[in-house]
Amino acid sequence: MEFVIPRDENLPDLRVNIGSLELANPVMTASGTFGYAREFEGLMNLHRLGAVIVKGISLYPRAGNPPPRIVETACGMLNAIGLQNVGVDRFITEKMPYLQGLNIPVIVNILGDSLAEYEEIAARLAGVPGVAGIEVNISCPNVKKGGVAFGTDPAMAAAVTASVKKKAEVPVMVKLSPNVSDITVIARAVEEAGADAISLINTLIGMAIHLPTRRPALANIIGGLSGPAIKPVALRMVYQVARVVSIPVVGIGGIESAEDALEFMLAGATAVQIGTANFVNPRASEDVLEGIGAYARAEKLDSIRSIIGGLRLDKHVPDMRNL
Amino acid sequence: MTQYQENATVARIEQFTNNNFRLTLLCPQIAASATPGQFVMIRVGNGKDPLLRRPFSIHQTSSGGRIQIYFKVVGRGTEILAQVKKDQEISVLGPLGRGFQLNLSAPVIIVGGGLGIAPMLFLAKENYRLKRSCAADFVLLGAREKNELEHLLADFKCLGIRLLTATDDGSLGHHGLVTEIMQSVSLPVGSTVYACGPEPMMAGVNKICRSLGIPCQVSVESVMACGMGACLGCSRPARDGGYTHVCVNGPVYDAEELLWSL
Repeated sequence: MEFVIPRDENLPDLRVNIGSLELANPVMTASGTFGYAREFEGLMNLHRLGAVIVKGISLYPRAGNPPPRIVETACGMLNAIGLQNVGVDRFITEKMPYLQGLNIPVIVNILGDSLAEYEEIAARLAGVPGVAGIEVNISCPNVKKGGVAFGTDPAMAAAVTASVKKKAEVPVMVKLSPNVSDITVIARAVEEAGADAISLINTLIGMAIHLPTRRPALANIIGGLSGPAIKPVALRMVYQVARVVSIPVVGIGGIESAEDALEFMLAGATAVQIGTANFVNPRASEDVLEGIGAYARAEKLDSIRSIIGGLRLDKHVPDMRNL
Repeated sequence: MTQYQENATVARIEQFTNNNFRLTLLCPQIAASATPGQFVMIRVGNGKDPLLRRPFSIHQTSSGGRIQIYFKVVGRGTEILAQVKKDQEISVLGPLGRGFQLNLSAPVIIVGGGLGIAPMLFLAKENYRLKRSCAADFVLLGAREKNELEHLLADFKCLGIRLLTATDDGSLGHHGLVTEIMQSVSLPVGSTVYACGPEPMMAGVNKICRSLGIPCQVSVESVMACGMGACLGCSRPARDGGYTHVCVNGPVYDAEELLWSL
């Protein structure tokens, strides 16, 4: 798929590649935090995004969980939305035409309760104009295997990846769950199964209790933690995964600023996704993009690619000025 | 519908009780495009904690580019907001949501309870500005006690619409519920009712409206993260069996679209 990427020769080269997909810049919006993009059209310039990743799509529409679905926590929030979405068919007819008109890569996040569902969604998205990539959410429970999340078992994670790859005609990025004991094992499993890229992290499972009523703060009792609170965990996992795979890694987790994004790139991320920050600042992704551009200019980088994985691991020299 | 993210200057701070505040914010783009019943999302601080914006209905707007919000300190966000200083800048996102559908030909009854009075001033003012006559209209306001009500009355009174009040402790107006005064006035045929307040009040208002066969629009509240349809956190069960999202489908609904427990 070719996109017309307007380039100003005076601007730093921010292009990065996710498999065969070239992005004008490394800034994407994370699934579930940006609706179907149109919600943000008046508040930022959508055409500048490196890519947009839309709300997770299942084979059939899902109503989602009862309220309360969200609760704020220290430097973050818990959500249990319950994967509410319009389903793949309505997504294609109702949401894709607008997204396609944005002339930016559209990456469709997909989710299912069985391998067959994942495969079927990938099949229905094949050939749909404007779809530039698929991001596979493997944090869903495998209904056929007793509800254990696909993403917590290497063999199941690999099987999902292979099922989607069988039908996908665009690069496939697998979004890893951080709720595992060794994320590198899952990362290697999905790479071997044919993933073109890996994105991480999805939310960390958490819980909050409302003391006055002695009830869980969420109707679902547990939910996914996101926001700045999870950034150190995400950064650590991106670092670990980038060292063991050779496919591009996309960093997600508490990114609010260009500094946050650049730290993820140093840790090994080729690109980043802006998630919860979109709720607080609807133009967060554009702010991050401008900040990355300013950094590239200030550091006189020929290409932003030069900082990917550029974390310095030589002897640590304490900087007395920071003490 | 166009929305704006503005750095609003705090133009005025009014404290009515220990916990009830009214802020006047200079945010010209939002003020110029807001309609009654819409809301704004305010970032109470600049740091990462508290992280999320807080929703507030628009109390009134001015031609000078100002909006007002009326709120009570109920948690950390409002506690911080109550500490703002004059001339401080705070980020305001709006106007958001679907507001009231004004019926300019019907006699109108505006019912506000507690903090639910907040959006009703904007509504009453627009109703007054756009209608040929408000002679058949009523504004009915209820609160726990006089302190929570009296400071808000002047702005309503200057519209000249008949105004009745109720307080739980009888310190101002009718001793009891605002729904009781609603039942005591004879609602003209073909009336339209607008209500905002605690859930039991809105359920009660809707019950009266149903019995009389007159339409009732309510403005409801919800916890929300984004205010613009992205997080899907503000779901509320709808009568048709699914969920509705208060931020984009509301906050104003025909009361019959929602489920009420009374």
